[in-house]
Amino acid sequence: MVKWTDFERATIQDIFSKIDYDVVGPAALSRCLIVYPWTQRYFGGFGNLYNAAAITSNPKVAAHGKVVLAGLEKAVKNMDDIKTTYKELSVLHSEKLQVDPDNFNLLADCLTIVLAGQMGAAFTPEVHAAFQKFLAVVVASLRKQYH
Amino acid sequence: MTHLTAKDKETVKTFWAKISSNGAAIGADALSRMLVVYPQTKTYFSHWKDLSPGSAPVKKHGATVMSGVADAVAKIDDLTAGLLSLSELHAFTLRVDPSNFKILSHNILVVLAIMFPTDFTPEVHVAMDKFLAAVARALSEKYR
Repeated sequence: MVKWTDFERATIQDIFSKIDYDVVGPAALSRCLIVYPWTQRYFGGFGNLYNAAAITSNPKVAAHGKVVLAGLEKAVKNMDDIKTTYKELSVLHSEKLQVDPDNFNLLADCLTIVLAGQMGAAFTPEVHAAFQKFLAVVVASLRKQYH
Repeated sequence: MTHLTAKDKETVKTFWAKISSNGAAIGADALSRMLVVYPQTKTYFSHWKDLSPGSAPVKKHGATVMSGVADAVAKIDDLTAGLLSLSELHAFTLRVDPSNFKILSHNILVVLAIMFPTDFTPEVHVAMDKFLAAVARALSEKYR
């Protein structure tokens, strides 16, 4: 089981209580599709992903970005057992969506960068470390049901 | 994977021109952050008295690293040749595992997002990520 310090727990709760899911989700997903274009392989039905402008203004990308953040919120609300909380999501990503789990780290890195841009100086090394640990647990839980 | 197009190079040079005066600060923050967020990287700095964010050795070394990056921008048309001696240094003397280049690159990008939120657009982000990956590859050239 993952042990969270009081600081880590409070930091994660604080971050997610303050961010605008409707901004951060779409920004992170579109950045991922732009910076790591091979991730577009999972979004064949999303229409025009031809360039950065198209991706950023694509409504399906924006909608899906919000879905991803809603998924992260589940982890925030169940920090003491993300592994169990994510069991079905892990099976979904592995068996139905067939996403290479290395891509989770790419999206995680983009999310970190979007958050850093939003929080500015408040994204201190300590806050960054807490967020990185949270994302590492999320990614490990999503990887868990891959066989 | 790390082929820089003419557009990439142009984007990197233009962005670098805007931010280069902050080089030392960027380096200090990126290095401070890396040591805290990825503690395994501390193993390379056991000879420093103080590894805390913003400490004197961290600041000094952050500046050193970023002047290397500045040099790489100037030599962007042939990074392998331009960074030859730096590659030898990292390969034979420092022996930094190349996986750490990726870690430091990510932290540099995080700092750029913090310090230049409007300029660090997705287009600039991809060009800088590609550039830092190309620098990492040039630095790895002499390893074996």
